[in-house]
Amino acid sequence: MAPVLRSLLSHGAVRFGAGVLAVLLMIAALSPWLGTVDPAAMDSAHINTGAGSVGEFALLDGRTVAHTFWMGADNFGRDIYSRVLYGTRISLLVGVCTALVALSVGGVLGMLAGYFRAMDAVLMRVMDGLMAIPAILLAIALVAALGAQVWTVVVAIAIPEIPRVTRLVRSLVLTLREEPFVEAAKALATPTPVILMRHILPNAMAPLIVQGTFIAASAVLTEAILSFLGLGLPADIPTWGNIMAEGRVQFTQYPGNVLFPALFLVPTVLAINLLGDGLRDVLDPKFAKRGGA
Amino acid sequence: MTQAVLSIQGLTVALPAGGDRAHAVQSVSLQIEAGRTLCVVGESGSGKSVMATTVMGLLDKALKPVAGDILLNGESLLGASAARMRELRGQTLGMVFQEPMTALNPVMTCGDQVDELLTTHTQWSAEERRAEILRVFERVRLPEPERMLRSYPHQLSGGQRQRIVIAMAVILKPALLICDEPTTALDVTTQQEILRLIADLQREQGSAVLFITHDMGVVAEIADQVLVMNQGEVVESAARDEVLCRPRAAYTRQLLSAVPAMTPPAPRPVATGAVQLAGQDVGKTYVTRDWLGRARPTVALEHAELALRAGETVGVVGESGSGKSTLARCLIRLIDPTAGRIHWGDAEVAYLPESQLRPLRHRVQVVFQDPNRSLNPRRTVGQSLIEGAMNFGQSRQDAEALAADLMQQVRLPVEALKRYPSQFSGGQRQRLAIARALACRPQVLVADEAVSALDVSVQAQILTLLREVQDRLGLGLLFITHDLRVAAQLCDRVLVMHQGHIVEQGPTAQVYAQPSHAYTRRLLDAAPAALPAMEPVHS
Repeated sequence: MAPVLRSLLSHGAVRFGAGVLAVLLMIAALSPWLGTVDPAAMDSAHINTGAGSVGEFALLDGRTVAHTFWMGADNFGRDIYSRVLYGTRISLLVGVCTALVALSVGGVLGMLAGYFRAMDAVLMRVMDGLMAIPAILLAIALVAALGAQVWTVVVAIAIPEIPRVTRLVRSLVLTLREEPFVEAAKALATPTPVILMRHILPNAMAPLIVQGTFIAASAVLTEAILSFLGLGLPADIPTWGNIMAEGRVQFTQYPGNVLFPALFLVPTVLAINLLGDGLRDVLDPKFAKRGGA
Repeated sequence: MTQAVLSIQGLTVALPAGGDRAHAVQSVSLQIEAGRTLCVVGESGSGKSVMATTVMGLLDKALKPVAGDILLNGESLLGASAARMRELRGQTLGMVFQEPMTALNPVMTCGDQVDELLTTHTQWSAEERRAEILRVFERVRLPEPERMLRSYPHQLSGGQRQRIVIAMAVILKPALLICDEPTTALDVTTQQEILRLIADLQREQGSAVLFITHDMGVVAEIADQVLVMNQGEVVESAARDEVLCRPRAAYTRQLLSAVPAMTPPAPRPVATGAVQLAGQDVGKTYVTRDWLGRARPTVALEHAELALRAGETVGVVGESGSGKSTLARCLIRLIDPTAGRIHWGDAEVAYLPESQLRPLRHRVQVVFQDPNRSLNPRRTVGQSLIEGAMNFGQSRQDAEALAADLMQQVRLPVEALKRYPSQFSGGQRQRLAIARALACRPQVLVADEAVSALDVSVQAQILTLLREVQDRLGLGLLFITHDLRVAAQLCDRVLVMHQGHIVEQGPTAQVYAQPSHAYTRRLLDAAPAALPAMEPVHS
């Protein structure tokens, strides 16, 4: 494993992507201690305060604290800086959870479809049907039906991704099941579930991890789009999407309300995509030779 | 003395830093005159292919020629521009590769591919080109040249594809023909035809031939001069008979003595033990359905009869597509037979469901051809070795003790249990595969082309190991191979398969000496020429 780690660390895109994500993770974890106030607190004295101004912020419990409005405040008097930092949590959470849900459900379905001939036709036709519906419309319909909470948003974004994961895993399993080491395991009387978990899944992991990063990146974007359309999480949970959505009304006067969250969203998606590209270069045998020899 | 067509002087090609050696090819010199054939022989990693690709100007960018020169009719190739090399390839330099399927463009008809070559290198009119292509196709003995023009590579057999590649290589009557293992991917009967064709064309056109091969039998058949390479260096270079009969280098001697002889050794006493693996009337028919739902059966195997006793080695020989692997896979129940009965010892298993088969699976174990793919790359050797024993109810401790013991039996260090398969060579991995098969104490070992992917010297070691294991454990050994020499040395009895049928079976010595079936005779005739006997060393 050590050589893989070394070649990962020597890959520029992996280093950049992982570095940016590490900083974002720290921001998400440490947001209460980075000079923020309660992101839901409104102080009518600071409605539409400009970026960089310093003042007293009246909290919900009546206390007042000295506060620097690094990114100004919105038309309810909420501190944009605090909202954007707390929004990092939701974005990363949605990204990671969506990838995990899509990978695990798609992974199981893909292994079943690839390994058991009898299930293949039925499962894949259902997946084809799902793929025929545009992803964002399916997500909108699901959020509308399930109500807007973090887990429903995750499920709504994950479901349209599942068919793609299933197809990928199925194609990997179709080739792996013919490998001599899988046949040898069969001849050694290894039970089928063990063959799947021990011999097939670990050898399909590299492309799956790569696919996972792309899903995470698109989930962060889709969550922002859903929030922007007003279908995402309710306004009391700050996300980059709904900060932008609320800032949209006053975009001409106060462009910062849209631009500051965008300044976080863009590098996040870029970093995850770069990380995925890098992982693919290093882990996927199909691309392994191009960079090296 | 005529001027050499190809002359290589002190060629050294550097490998990228960090490899297991500094040079892929080190100070190699050779000369080939018009009308002569030089065979370059060596095992994998000897640098023979790197040398050939350097001559063709197709060297991988990571490899750099750092010393020496290559002269083609007196013109230096190392200094030549890419444009000049393109001009030379095809016109003065013909090339034939190992795998004809990948050497041809799958989306162009064969006719168009040859035509492209002619348009690039000649000013001929369309009719002239067509006439010339048809002439060459006929010359390389392609059936129905007109149809070949319109065929795509996938519609042809392996031998026909290689003929197309040869036609492209010789159509412009090149001064030098480079053949890189041109018959390795082909069956023996096809191999012989292709070798004869190359020899005939050479005589007609007076080309010099640089022939890369790992097979001493091929060398005996066609070489004038032989160059033996090992680890990038020239070990020996002399006339063919000199090298084959009076090899000077110890390495050449070792290489020659590792080639199994075509004549079977004295037979072992006939095995009288219990029948461990038997098949009666075994058949496998694949049914595909077209879009109307009409069934199209393809018979892969029919009426196969076989009985394997304890301590006995039975060989199954045949060419690709003969059904020998299908038979093996049916017998070990990796695929389900569609007819007949199969017995593992006393148990009838042909149609047992997997759940009832599992407790019996330890009786019959298998070793596959490709050592790179027969071990799970993500699990340590130890994990792979204990899997079987633990599946049959042994505790982890017992299984680990057994694994350590097996490592000694296959002569690998016990510490290696903690390593991953990628850290072993091909031959070592094949030993590991054998150890894994032995871990659940089988009664029968099925070896499906188990030594075909290995170099001759490694092959000899694995065969010795199989013999040893068989003698110690009294195993029945079913040995599937396309290599008649290996079968001659290892097997007590052989079955010859052709188009899904067993056409002949009997004691090895008898089948080889008096083949009764026409196909067996053809197969035996096609095997590469016997090596002349080596003279003893004068010291």
